[in-house]
Amino acid sequence: MARVAGVDIPNNKRVEFSLRYIHGIGPTRAKAVVARVGLEGNPRVGDLTEDELNRVREAVDKSGYLIEGDLRRDTNQNIRRLVDIGSYRGLRHRRNLPTRGQRTRTNARTNRGARKTVAGRRRTAQKK
Amino acid sequence: MTRSTKKGPYVHPKLQKRVDIAVRSQQKIVIKTWSRPSMIMPQMVGLTIAVHDGRRHVPVFITENMIGHRLGEFAPTRTFRGHVARSRSERTSGVRR
Repeated sequence: MARVAGVDIPNNKRVEFSLRYIHGIGPTRAKAVVARVGLEGNPRVGDLTEDELNRVREAVDKSGYLIEGDLRRDTNQNIRRLVDIGSYRGLRHRRNLPTRGQRTRTNARTNRGARKTVAGRRRTAQKK
Repeated sequence: MTRSTKKGPYVHPKLQKRVDIAVRSQQKIVIKTWSRPSMIMPQMVGLTIAVHDGRRHVPVFITENMIGHRLGEFAPTRTFRGHVARSRSERTSGVRR
């Protein structure tokens, strides 16, 4: 397990995929980092030399990407702003409901979490 | 789809006029408006604008953070206070289809 960008410890996967374990680095950024470091032969993280690993770390640190804690804080601040100014989107965030006008009669499970059965629900609506 | 920047932000012309007057007169007047899609402009900060929600005008005090949002975002049009709890008699008498 190697450490890149503080807490993150990707592992025995190829660098391009391993980097995606960092919050804020997805396919595009991972590929960009690998390209910038210029690793030959698409090695796995464990097969990197210490020098190569350091260059990967440096590329991630100096990339200017918002990553991990900083990214999470940024996201939360954005949400808090919406909540504080009393906007509609803020209200929806407060209730953990979708903010962009999606239907909530069914679905919206990502925001609302797992199903909780409501007592006394008529079955007729679901049978059809 | 976002609005073209070429056009600039949308503010209802009449509302814009009222805002200009309010800013110039330095008075704390509440501006009533029906124009929910109007964008909140920097000049509006500190004013109170009463935005129509379909029934009444909801007073909205404009702060700096609100710039760029639409007036309607701050005056919800729906009143939902939760679902009605089913009464006991209804449950026991077995009204089922």
